[in-house]
Amino acid sequence: MWKYVLRRLLYAIPTLLGISIIVFLVTRLAPGDPVRLYTFGALNVTEEDIQGLRAYYGLDQPLWIQYVSWITKVVRGDFGMSLQYHQPALGLLFERMGATLQLAFTALFLQLAIGIPLGVMAALRRGSWVDNVIRVFGVIGHAIPQFWLGLMAIILVSVTLRLLPSQGVLTVGKDIWDVPDRIRHIIMPSFVLALAGIANYSRYLRTETLDVISQDYVRTAHAKGLGERTVVYVHALRNALIPMVTALGGILAVLVSGALVVEQVFTWPGVGQFTYAAARSRDYPVIMAGVMVASTLLVLSYLIRDVAYAIVDPRIKVK
Amino acid sequence: MAADAVAATVGSLRPAEARRASAGLWSDALWRLRHDPTTLIALAVIVAMVAVAIAADLLAENFFHKGFGEQSILDNYTKPSGAQPWLWLGTDELGRSQVVRLLYGARVSLFIGSFGALTAFAIGLTMGLTAGYFRGRWDDVVVWVVTTLNSIPILYLLLIVGVLFRLQPLPFALLLGGLGWLGIANYARGQTISLREREYVLAARTVGCAPGRLMLRHLFPNILPLMIVLTMIEVGQLILQESAISFIGFGIQPPTPSWGNMLTNAAQYLGKAPYLIYPPGIAVFVTVLCLYLVGDGLRDALDPRLKSSR
Repeated sequence: MWKYVLRRLLYAIPTLLGISIIVFLVTRLAPGDPVRLYTFGALNVTEEDIQGLRAYYGLDQPLWIQYVSWITKVVRGDFGMSLQYHQPALGLLFERMGATLQLAFTALFLQLAIGIPLGVMAALRRGSWVDNVIRVFGVIGHAIPQFWLGLMAIILVSVTLRLLPSQGVLTVGKDIWDVPDRIRHIIMPSFVLALAGIANYSRYLRTETLDVISQDYVRTAHAKGLGERTVVYVHALRNALIPMVTALGGILAVLVSGALVVEQVFTWPGVGQFTYAAARSRDYPVIMAGVMVASTLLVLSYLIRDVAYAIVDPRIKVK
Repeated sequence: MAADAVAATVGSLRPAEARRASAGLWSDALWRLRHDPTTLIALAVIVAMVAVAIAADLLAENFFHKGFGEQSILDNYTKPSGAQPWLWLGTDELGRSQVVRLLYGARVSLFIGSFGALTAFAIGLTMGLTAGYFRGRWDDVVVWVVTTLNSIPILYLLLIVGVLFRLQPLPFALLLGGLGWLGIANYARGQTISLREREYVLAARTVGCAPGRLMLRHLFPNILPLMIVLTMIEVGQLILQESAISFIGFGIQPPTPSWGNMLTNAAQYLGKAPYLIYPPGIAVFVTVLCLYLVGDGLRDALDPRLKSSR
């Protein structure tokens, strides 16, 4: 088992390197010379000064040397200073990590708690109106643009009905441990973020459950006189849930990516919103760190997915 | 097991369908499609949208009598009304006709979606087919590229690109396609790996068929049907991505209208003109929904055995 985990960890390294190369190249190949931009409008700057500055920042070096010096710092967690806040970029992002993870995990919980029962229900009542409603919902959930759904939710719930707050994690002035207030704030963004996943899970689990309940061992369970509930929840569901672990990785990708937009709509102070703000003010170290942090989160989630899959289904290790 | 599944499918088919003699994959699929109202309606909606988007210039000039950037400040914040065609969906803060902008937005969104998906199809097909056929080093490279790109949250990457470059619709479509081919490549690769062990491939190789011809004439037609479905769904996904990235202000730049940047505007003037927020969002939703429905319907029509379980 540990050997598998270790091997899987090693596989993550070339992936992360690839991501860093892409992020680096995209940023460096952009039009515009940072030094000229920096000195623009200054009257007593000579061509020599510009060359000097370029040498000082290492911008006269070949691209791959620039990359190597950047990546050696990045590996040590140093993305440079934020141009806007004059603080380490990574530290600033980590301060916002809590809010993003809170949102993502709440959404993940909602997806599982709602998606799984819906899928099982649809499979057990196959062909009925319940099944049809759940299937239609499955397609609709994918087709609604998240940010628009968020705006609609704000209009309906916050503006018209005045039920829930439309932005932030906490009402200004409240104690940070005011849990009910926090829950009121997280309901809308997490539901909006979770919707696509709920649709996905219910669809996925419907197929899996249908597969499993037509298998011989389920018929055997029925034949020996077990009740419907025991057969479904103890015998069938267990095996239907195994492939769900694979879906988890994809769902986390959607959550991390989606958080960028949803955090924006609900002014949720997380990594996504911070990276977005950095992008608006062209704060390169923060943007690069933001993309790397989000990507690392994804790589980690894929890793966890694969390891979890190996645990629940030992056959996978053979491959 | 397989025989069971087939028997179950045949059993569940409507009598008329069971009676009809099979006449080849495509004509069978067409026949099944004609009997699937949901898919037909969705398809009709898409065709109508494409037609309207193509005719945007004509309609704007001859019917609405307004250009997409034409401002008429005196009429700003006009609520939707049936008084004149160009006021059907009201006007924004500059008095621009929302119907006309929606039409041109359709043009941008549909172009980016379909062109991007075609790009994704081309890249995904080439990468998947060659990787699955040749295996070895090349396969490792392709798999590495796919896993790497798969691990970058696309919206974040688009954020960087959007900050650094001003994206015009064509490069934007190419970029989205260049990032969206992973699923298609995965499918093509997996199918190729399993198909290349078949007898007919071996037979073709024995009579001296070159790899290029083998892939194009023998493997490609076999994976094409579901590739079309995946590409169809990709169009929908790209339209969603375009609207999201344009909404946060890093995609298509105003004054070119896109459904995404119309919504940015609408969100800004939510208090004064709440009616602006509905049409672009509904347009995205309906388009994507119809694309997914057509994709699903096509999948069922092309491979009816899947329908029994899905």
